[in-house]
Amino acid sequence: MRETVLDVRGTNVRMFEAGTGPTVLVLHGIDGLAVDPLLSDLSKSFRVVAPEFPGFTRSPIPDWMMSVNDAAFFTLDLIAALGLPQVHLVGHSIGGWIAAEVAIRSTHALASLSLLAPAGVMPREAPGQDVFLLSGEEGVRALFHDQALADQEIAARAGDELDIMLQNRAGLARLAWTPRMASVVLPHWLHRIDIPTFIAWGREDRILPFSTHEVFLKEIAGAEFLALSACGHAIPQERGAEVARRMGAFMNGAN
Amino acid sequence: MKVYFFHLMPYGDLDIAESDKHNSAWVTIPNSNFDPQKGMKLYDRYIGELELGDKLGFDGICVNEHHQTAYGLMPAPNLIAAALARSTKQAKICILGRALPLVNNPVMIAEEFAMLDHMSGGRIITGFVRGIGSEYFSNSVNPTFSHERFYEAHELIIKAWTETGPFRYQGKHYQFDYVNLWPRPVQAPHPPVWIPSQGSKETIVWCAAAERKYTYLQTFSPYPVALKAFNAYREEARKNGYEAQPSQMGWAVPTYVAETDEIARRELKEHIEVFFNKFLRFPSIEMRLPPGYSSISSTKTLMEMKFKNRTSSTIDTLIDNGMILVGSPETVRARIEQCQKEMGFGHLMAMLQIATMPADMTERNIRLFAAEVMPHLQGAVRPQLQAIA
Repeated sequence: MRETVLDVRGTNVRMFEAGTGPTVLVLHGIDGLAVDPLLSDLSKSFRVVAPEFPGFTRSPIPDWMMSVNDAAFFTLDLIAALGLPQVHLVGHSIGGWIAAEVAIRSTHALASLSLLAPAGVMPREAPGQDVFLLSGEEGVRALFHDQALADQEIAARAGDELDIMLQNRAGLARLAWTPRMASVVLPHWLHRIDIPTFIAWGREDRILPFSTHEVFLKEIAGAEFLALSACGHAIPQERGAEVARRMGAFMNGAN
Repeated sequence: MKVYFFHLMPYGDLDIAESDKHNSAWVTIPNSNFDPQKGMKLYDRYIGELELGDKLGFDGICVNEHHQTAYGLMPAPNLIAAALARSTKQAKICILGRALPLVNNPVMIAEEFAMLDHMSGGRIITGFVRGIGSEYFSNSVNPTFSHERFYEAHELIIKAWTETGPFRYQGKHYQFDYVNLWPRPVQAPHPPVWIPSQGSKETIVWCAAAERKYTYLQTFSPYPVALKAFNAYREEARKNGYEAQPSQMGWAVPTYVAETDEIARRELKEHIEVFFNKFLRFPSIEMRLPPGYSSISSTKTLMEMKFKNRTSSTIDTLIDNGMILVGSPETVRARIEQCQKEMGFGHLMAMLQIATMPADMTERNIRLFAAEVMPHLQGAVRPQLQAIA
């Protein structure tokens, strides 16, 4: 994937970009921007654009970024800066929450919406682990159902700069500290999402419990749902190829 | 030098074996480990110890704020300060400090301190802190706003104390259409503000600014860290065009005296090791330093510094690191005088009750320190110390 920079009203946004075809804008999860199987597989059939969200990875938190509200409006600005009439919007985890917050504000620029284990809704059952109390390694282990993949990920991250890990945590905390990983009012507004919507969730998600998908399905009319067995929170890594295929078919149908 | 008795009011009856079943003495340890019957006795005892400090001639008695922990039972330190305001007569009452970012209404902190200033006859010294990292878990406040909220709440409180109200305050985190303190504080222009810290450069620079000149209080840290912090303060003061006075620097240190060095070490060992190894136990860096609580570079420094020796402190390593004062009155006195010469502080905050230390032992410590150590220190700041770099 190539690295590009997009100027969004004065904020320089680092992005990964690859592929040709309809544009898919992918908002990363809690561990920031990284190339994963989902991005790679999607880019075989689409033009994938994956921004590094302000506050994550190598981007400091901007002063004006006070909450997910600001993150959502920023994403609308980012879509405008891409200069396209419409994009397929995909978000994983915290990125799924931001994507949902974009869609309740305006679906004008969205061809479709895909939410992969999105944060944003408080689980009815006991919440998953507190991501902010997990050490680096525990945090990776909690993301995966398949611990062999967790081992690989831990090994892969061993060379990563501590700065990136700390920045990802800070960026996430800014948006999702209180209430933890959720909004009190999001369920009330999900009904406004009036575009084709795809939702996927790992049955073994230990960060955001699987049952939380019910709220999204109940409130978003006609949403398509994919339950992933033997899959944790790290959908892009654990089931990237399968989800890219299913989501790709969904997006082609939504065009 | 002025000498103060600093109290944390820990849950001294903590069952250590039980507490070991949980990953911390903060946030996650179930409060079923707290027995209210024992709690009532502890509050009575601890307040009595501070009252004794007043009678024995300490320049000040100090309380502080911690939440949801066995480490300290004063989530609302002003309640203890209010009790002391009535029962003590001489000593300054130091609240070191209130955690500003943890509250949504800093004006209420200004109000409470102003009330205490009246009730104590103008004897309070206030402290402003950010709260330790774990308290962002137990208070739900977003740690990425910690610094911004601290600076803003500080500004608002000082304005509330010094400007004629009603006035309007429009900040990023705090907005008030009417700020108009009744009562205004007694001390003019406002009660002293001290800043307890563990040596953050940012905090030192902020304290030493010419428009503040706040007393900087170095808390429980190795001797070289404390020395570095005081030197940084003096250097910063010079950059700002003035010489820092000893009265602008305080050192807080666990202190224990007994008849001989050997007896003192033997008696203190269990309690000081429990203090550092159990009461200050955190499962991971994540609870101690939540995201955004400090800048990334400070976080990395703290990670390096803090988490190497903490769980395996022994009385010997603590003495070697200069984290504690222990010994006969002569030894402790000589050590303090030596430290003062090198560090140049003007306030010594001796923590004389430590973790599980029982009542009789604590009282002996307080009395012996007050009789044999303190008189030699009070009024013992020599002018030439001010020139020490």
